[in-house]
Amino acid sequence: MDKHHEAGKLRMAKQRWQTERLDPALAQVNRPAMPSDLEQEPLYTPDDDDGRDYLDDLGFPGEYPFTRGVQPSMYQGRHWTMRQYAGFGSPQETHDRFDYLLGQGQGGLLVAFDLPTQLGFDSDDPRAKDDVGVVGVAVDSLRDMETIFTGLPLEKASPSLTMNAAATVALAMYVAVAEKEGVAADRISGTTQNDILKEFLARGTYVFPPRPSLRLTVDLIEYCSANLPRWNFMNICGYHVREAGSTLVQEVAFAMANAITYIEACLERGLDIDAFAPRLAFNFASSSNFFHEAAKFRAARRLWARLLRERFGAKEEASWMFRTGAGSAGSTLTAQQPENNIVRVALQALGGILGGVQSFHTAGFDEALAIPSEHSAMVALRTQQVLAHESGAAEVIDPLGGSYYVENLTDQIEREVNLYIARIEAEGGMLKAIEDGHAQAEIAKSAYAYQQQIESRERTIVGVNQFATDNDPEIELHRPRAEIVAAQIKGLAALRRERDNGAVQRTLSALEDEARGGGNLMYPILDAVRAYATIGEICAVLRREFGEYQPASF
Amino acid sequence: MKTQPDTPIRVLVAKPGLDGHDRGAKVLVQAMRDAGMEVSYTGLRRTPEMIVETAIREDVDVICVSILSGAHNAIFSEIMDRLHDQGSNRISVLGGGVIPGRDIAHLKEMGVREIFTPGASLVAIADYIESLVSE
Repeated sequence: MDKHHEAGKLRMAKQRWQTERLDPALAQVNRPAMPSDLEQEPLYTPDDDDGRDYLDDLGFPGEYPFTRGVQPSMYQGRHWTMRQYAGFGSPQETHDRFDYLLGQGQGGLLVAFDLPTQLGFDSDDPRAKDDVGVVGVAVDSLRDMETIFTGLPLEKASPSLTMNAAATVALAMYVAVAEKEGVAADRISGTTQNDILKEFLARGTYVFPPRPSLRLTVDLIEYCSANLPRWNFMNICGYHVREAGSTLVQEVAFAMANAITYIEACLERGLDIDAFAPRLAFNFASSSNFFHEAAKFRAARRLWARLLRERFGAKEEASWMFRTGAGSAGSTLTAQQPENNIVRVALQALGGILGGVQSFHTAGFDEALAIPSEHSAMVALRTQQVLAHESGAAEVIDPLGGSYYVENLTDQIEREVNLYIARIEAEGGMLKAIEDGHAQAEIAKSAYAYQQQIESRERTIVGVNQFATDNDPEIELHRPRAEIVAAQIKGLAALRRERDNGAVQRTLSALEDEARGGGNLMYPILDAVRAYATIGEICAVLRREFGEYQPASF
Repeated sequence: MKTQPDTPIRVLVAKPGLDGHDRGAKVLVQAMRDAGMEVSYTGLRRTPEMIVETAIREDVDVICVSILSGAHNAIFSEIMDRLHDQGSNRISVLGGGVIPGRDIAHLKEMGVREIFTPGASLVAIADYIESLVSE
C-alpha cells in the first residue's frame, strides 16, 4: 500500500481515538504530569517518526552514525565495565588497596586525589588545612606517587587520574614512576580526566584562567600524542554539569561545546583530527528517567559521529565513535529513606545499559549520608550484576531501537542539543560563555527551577516531599584520621630537606621561562617532577605567570 | 503576605573551604533574591577572614555559610570570633549543607543562629531570615 496513504489513515485513526477515547477518559481523571524538560505526548505511534530514515539515522551497531551502539556486538561480546570507586587514605593505604584489587583481577584503578592536590596546593599550605586527605589521597610530590605505584604491575593497573587543573603535574608524576619501574613509554597506559572547562562550568576545581588552562590541556594531549600512544588523555564530563543542576539537554550541549573547544584548540596546535579524536572519551550522568537517559546516549552517539565527520572532516571510523562511561546521578539520591536509592540506582544503571554505555558506576545507597560502607558498595555492584545476568537488558543490541517513543526522544534531544550549541557559538563560543559567566548562570537557573518544582510538589521526590516519614538516619561525615594528615606534612618537610634543592630551583625557573614563552609545558614540568619539586611549587610558578581565575560575579 | 521593609534585607551567601560544589549556594542566592532581598555571593574558596571582611564592607544583615566538607566546627568558630573581634555582633550567621545533627547544638552555642540541612525549604529559610531581621 502507498506509504503516504497509510500515514494519512493512521493520523485520522489517531485523531479519532484521541477525541473519542483519550480526551473523555482524561476529563474524568487526569493526574498531573511529571515535569519534563523534553516534550512528551501521552502516546506515540508510527507517524511520530519525523521523516527518519533507518539507514541514515539509525544504521547498524558499530557503523556510522552509531545511534545503535559503537561496537558491532555491544554487550553480546562482553558486558560493560562495572566501575566502583576504590577506597583512599594515605599514599601507603592507597598502594595496599590497589595491590589487593589488582590481585583480584581488577584493572582500571580510579585514583581520587584530595582537593589541595587537585588545586595545586601542598599539604602544608595554610589554604589546604581543612581539606588534606578528605576526598582522596594527598600527593605532594613524586615521592607520594612512588609510594602508591612502586611494585605494582603498572601495565595492568592502567590508573585513571582524576585531575584537571593540575593534570599535567599528575601525569608527569605517573610517567616518572613508570620510567623508574622500567615500563617503556609505549606501554604506559591510563587516563587523565583533563577536562578543565567543566570545572569552570560546574565542579569548581579550577586554578588558572580559562585560556592558559586550555593551553595546559592541549600541552598534555600533544605530549601524549608524541610520547604515550596508550594514554587516554581526556575524559569529557557532562556528569558534573548535570549534577550542578543542568537539564539533560544542557548536559549534552555543554559537554559537546567543551569538546568542540578542545578539538579546535588541538587543530590550532597542528594536531591531526584522526590522531587525537579516537582517544577522546566521555562521562555522563544517568537519572531515574531511564527512557530519557537511554535516548540521550543514542542521540549523543549520532550527534558526535556527524559532528566529527561532517564538521571536522575526520576520516577514521574511530574518530566518529562516541565512547562514554556513565554513573548514577548522586544529586538524585536522598538522605531520607536511603534504601529507596537502591531502586533509583538500578533504574539509572538500566538507562545507561539500554543506552549502550561502555562503563557504568553505581553509587552506594548511602551516598547522601556517608562514604559507602562495604555493604552499600556490595549492593551497588550486585545491582549491576543483576541487570547484566537477570534482566535481559543486555541480551539484544539496543533493545529500545524502533520504539516510537524512544526514537522520537532521540531525535528531539539531538535537535535541541544542536540548537543549544548553535546558540553558544553564535554568542561567541564556549570560552566566552564561561568568561562572561553566562553558561554558569544558565545551569544555576535550571538548578533553581528544579528546586522550585520540588518545593511546589510539582515534582515528586519519594520520601522527601511525598511519602515522607520522620525517622531519617543521621548523616555520617568522613574526616581523615589526624595521623594521616600529620604524617603527610612531616613527609613533606623531610622531602624538602633531603632533595637536591638546587635542582629544584633550576627546573622551576626553566618552567617559568617556558611558561612565559609558548613551548609545551609538559617537558619542563616533567623535569621539575623528577627533581622532586612539589605540586604546590610547580603550580605556584604557573599561578605567578598565568594568574588565578576569578569568576564573574553571580 | 508579609509587608516588605523599606530597605531590602542584605544577605551574603558564603562558600568557605576548597570544595567547589555550589549548586545549593546558587539556588539559595536566587531564592533570596526572589524573596526581595539584596544578595551577593562570595564565590568559591573564601577564608573566614575574607567572608567577614566582605560582610562588613557590604554591610549585610545576614551571612549564610554553605559547607559540605565537614570542616564546619572550625570554620564557624573562626567566623564567629572574627565577627566578635570586629564588634559586628549585629550580623546574624546561618549555616547550611551537610552538617550532622549532633554538631548543631554546638554551633548554636557558638552563636550561629540556625542550621539548615538538605531538604530544608527555601521558603522556610526566607521566612526565617525575615523574622531574624525584624527582631
